[in-house]
Amino acid sequence: MASSVDPPTVDLPVAAPAVPETDAGEGIWTDKLNLWYGSFQALRNVSIHFRRGLITGLIGPSGCGKTTLLRCFNRINERYPNVRTAGEIRILGKNIYDPDVSLVELRKAVGMVFQRPNPLPLSVYENVVFGLRTHTPRRELTRRLLDEEVERALTEVGLWHLLKDRLGARATSLQLEQQQKLCIARLLPLKPEVILMDEPCSALDVEGTRAIEELMFQLRGRYTIVIVTHNMAQARRTSDECLFMLLGEVVEHAGTTDLFLNPRNPKTAEYIEGRYG
Amino acid sequence: MSPPPVTPVSARFTRTPLVVRKERQQAAVRLVLLAMAVLMVLPLLAIISHLIIQAWPALSWEFLVDVPRRGMTEGGIWPALVGTVYLVVISLAVSAPIGVLAAIYLNEYARDNWFTRAINLAVISLAGVPSIVHALFGLGAFVYAARFGYSILAASLTLAIMTLPVIIASTREALAAVPAAFREACWNVGATRWQTIRAIVLPNSISGILTGVILQVSRAAGETAPILFTGAVFFKAVQRGDLFPYRLTDQCMALSMHLYTVSTQVPNVREAIPWATAVVLLGAVLAVNAAAIALRVWLRNRKRW
Repeated sequence: MASSVDPPTVDLPVAAPAVPETDAGEGIWTDKLNLWYGSFQALRNVSIHFRRGLITGLIGPSGCGKTTLLRCFNRINERYPNVRTAGEIRILGKNIYDPDVSLVELRKAVGMVFQRPNPLPLSVYENVVFGLRTHTPRRELTRRLLDEEVERALTEVGLWHLLKDRLGARATSLQLEQQQKLCIARLLPLKPEVILMDEPCSALDVEGTRAIEELMFQLRGRYTIVIVTHNMAQARRTSDECLFMLLGEVVEHAGTTDLFLNPRNPKTAEYIEGRYG
Repeated sequence: MSPPPVTPVSARFTRTPLVVRKERQQAAVRLVLLAMAVLMVLPLLAIISHLIIQAWPALSWEFLVDVPRRGMTEGGIWPALVGTVYLVVISLAVSAPIGVLAAIYLNEYARDNWFTRAINLAVISLAGVPSIVHALFGLGAFVYAARFGYSILAASLTLAIMTLPVIIASTREALAAVPAAFREACWNVGATRWQTIRAIVLPNSISGILTGVILQVSRAAGETAPILFTGAVFFKAVQRGDLFPYRLTDQCMALSMHLYTVSTQVPNVREAIPWATAVVLLGAVLAVNAAAIALRVWLRNRKRW
């Protein structure tokens, strides 16, 4: 699975075509996605394809809709009143706005990492297995199964050797960087398809940022990762493809190197040169 | 224009007359505010000390467990004490679960629409209704319409209605104090609202919820009007020290009512008895409040964030 992922070499069309059957289950597709907060339109005809296993960066000035778009992918936007959505989002080939979609099942497959690390006020161990506990009947959760999942998830995010003797410690007492890694580890036992990251490093220092970025490379290939960032350098370092948005519209979507070196749209060029932000 | 005068270095940052005036003003305001804060405490101390001094001759273990004697002019307050416990326990047994569950719904599930706003308005209005009106409502609803008659049941339910809105409000406050990030974290691994509430929200708000409920004990114990209309009586013959003297359908004595009775309705009462009754009522209320604080501190120390 990981071997099929290569850095993108071709430019992607700005507007994704109708979903081809062969690629139906791959990554994230949106088709004419529109979203309104009350009468304010935050997303305008967003049609994109985020490829499976890659890291896609969402960039653009504040208020351009990148976080809104990210929050559409697990429908967490809907918690706010007066949010109206039109259009389609396909994940694993299924339109997540279909009426038979269960939010609980969707969020199991599409995990989210927030700006501020938000570990639950429980032990490290219980944080990691929280998702399993909510999705599995109690009698199926043997101690051994849980132990294995905790070890696997913490190993995957590089916390196992640090925390294996402190699994009972309160998650909220960890360093911020470890908290953020734990928040990522918490998603993994649920075998997510997509991991959404909303400025995951903005609360972290340089070391923490580096650690999280390295972790993203580790996870790359196994999960479709979408990251919102204000930090151009981070977008450049971490992402395979970038999506530049402005006023709710997709301006440019291309491989990261291409987008930064040969932006096709003058607005993209101005933004990445730092003329507005 | 001439250049502005240059202040000599030694005179820089010193107190100008304006600064001096501001400092005086500052001191005066501070003094006034302090005086108000002290003024607030003084009456409390005065009341408590006066009560205890007046009640001292009558205060004893006997006074608590004995029944009133000689036409209530002597003896103790046992029937009233037990009656108050009955009323408080039963009313809270009704209002606490309803109030807490309703608050959970309002805070965790309800969307902001006309229905929720109507409920909120009802809660606020209900909290503002004078107790005598609750009393009248209890009389109509429980004593007559529901045919409970003048009874502990009717009186307790009336008290329950009275305490309900405050319990809802305090519980909502406790729930709202749980950081939203915890809920988001739960929803993001696909936990349902109920799973989120059970696993995270309730464990982290239980101290605030319990405190709010317990504080209503003192309100229920102190109110006179609602029980006067619905189930409290002047006198009830009870065995000395009997723990279960009443049935739900009985009328009962209660401390607040008893205080009123011995103070105004019965001639030639031994002088210390009304005071001692008041001390017991106040002591019980303060003890419960202290327990609430202790519980809150204990639970908060166990809180995990």
